[in-house]
Amino acid sequence: MKITKDEVEYVAHLARLDFSEAEKSKFTSQLNDILMYMEKLSQADTVGVEPMSHAIALQNAFRDDIVKDSLGHDLSLSNAPEARGPFFRVPKVIE
Amino acid sequence: MILNRLTIHELQNLIRAGEATSSDIVQSVFERIDEVEGRVHSYITLMKEHAFAEAARADQDIKAGKIKALTGIPIALKDIVCTKGFLTTCGSHILHNYMPPYDATVVEKLKEAGAVFTGKTNMDEFAMGSSTETSYFGITRNPWDLDRIPGGSSGGSAAAVAADECIASIGSDTGGSIRQPAALCGVVGMKPTYGRVSRFGLIAFASSLDQIGPFTKDVEDCAIMMNAIAGYDPRESTSVPLAVPDYTEFLPRGIDGWKVGIPKEYFIEGIDPDVSEAMQRVITTIEGLGAACVGISLPHTEYCLAVYYIIAPAEASSNLARYDGVKYGFRSQGSSDLLDMYKKTRSAGFGAEVKRRIMIGTYALSSGYYDAYYKKASQVRALIKRDFEDAFTRCDAILTPTSPTPAFKIGEKMDDPLQMYLSDIFTISTNLAGIPGISVPCGFTREGLPIGAQFLAGHFEEGKLIQIASAFEKQANLEKRRPNL
Repeated sequence: MKITKDEVEYVAHLARLDFSEAEKSKFTSQLNDILMYMEKLSQADTVGVEPMSHAIALQNAFRDDIVKDSLGHDLSLSNAPEARGPFFRVPKVIE
Repeated sequence: MILNRLTIHELQNLIRAGEATSSDIVQSVFERIDEVEGRVHSYITLMKEHAFAEAARADQDIKAGKIKALTGIPIALKDIVCTKGFLTTCGSHILHNYMPPYDATVVEKLKEAGAVFTGKTNMDEFAMGSSTETSYFGITRNPWDLDRIPGGSSGGSAAAVAADECIASIGSDTGGSIRQPAALCGVVGMKPTYGRVSRFGLIAFASSLDQIGPFTKDVEDCAIMMNAIAGYDPRESTSVPLAVPDYTEFLPRGIDGWKVGIPKEYFIEGIDPDVSEAMQRVITTIEGLGAACVGISLPHTEYCLAVYYIIAPAEASSNLARYDGVKYGFRSQGSSDLLDMYKKTRSAGFGAEVKRRIMIGTYALSSGYYDAYYKKASQVRALIKRDFEDAFTRCDAILTPTSPTPAFKIGEKMDDPLQMYLSDIFTISTNLAGIPGISVPCGFTREGLPIGAQFLAGHFEEGKLIQIASAFEKQANLEKRRPNL
């Protein structure tokens, strides 16, 4: 087993996801299959190989600092599930 | 003459000759949509009123003699590119009501070139899939066989072009999501070099792999679309400040004297026999054009799938953290506190495949596993890129099948994620290396399903791909078949 049900629960919490018991069992088995497949990578010789993050290596992609109009409150809040005044509204964060 | 069946360049000739108006063309496209959309379901949102208004405006421009490359041409957009004032759902419940306050750069550029948008096309949720079966808005069917999938994730954009429900369309390709559905629907699809087309306004899946590209009815249209969308964008820091050639200049050049690499790792057992036969015919055709086909090796090919299914989910798990029910989209009701709201919203808002990939990605990036998965995958990715660099010292372009099989049956691979992932086996290396690729139709299976051939070239050599694909298309003289809808 590459991944246990406990680990699935822990990773789900990190990802801010909830699963039913049935989903947890299904995911544990599917993730195991997928992670077993990934094992293949251990056969590749990568000694001294720099990890690659982007296909085209760009450095310091600067542009001129020109002030432009921004979206503004109304447009920024126009898609909000809940807003009040100039704020996004959420359930309570602290006791 | 049925206008919606024509290509961009054919319609442009009619427009310039005064033999068709944009309003006529848009009318013809929407009549076709009325006729077949109930069976194919290429679109999530239609922009009918907008399209007719824009067509009328294009007709004013045409009268005034102001005709640009795409003036008056109906084009469909994958529902992953932001359209100001038009819903952009990414095929997901969590964005079912998202109304972008801005246009993606590619949308702005198409508008500038005169295009008229027909609507937003269906796709796998967040572009995660190879069959367009994971969309929250229902499946899209393959116009060639309604019991089969159109490929994915840009299945709606491919099906819309194949079914003549638009003239051309835009898709996005993270591991084959343009080329594979293009092959399975019998149309042309190109994934440009990473950095060639701005991703500003493209909803992110895996930021180091995502790229926007066109679906068209022939290679000439592909060149016309690439002319419209390619180029540096100061709002997108990974877009590359390089001059863009006129891609239509590559169309007539031919490939006499070229060397075309045939990688042994892509011509393997397990490929559908009809696909293998079609590939042999492509090789014969290319040689008939004066090119030499040479055997090459891309030795790290066997690792591509594993590398991709670590890197793409890892980047996705980070990109999709923004969907939290606060700023836009769906929010679950009845939560006790903020953490509870996040979990309820994300659990109800994402579908199974998206959650599966967020889980894989979160696991691969979590403490203690980073070196074994993400770092290792990024190292092997460098080796895969090096394979291509070595190969392109020995050949001008590479030929492979686009997909190992033709379109499979709806539901066939939904319960087996690994089998589904294998349908991308010939397309993902391109994204990992950042090189451009094109899929062109190259025949049909005995059952009458389309087959695609894929050509690959070095970074920023889209022109070469247009050149070889155009030469092949002319020489192959493929049977002009249309889906029987």
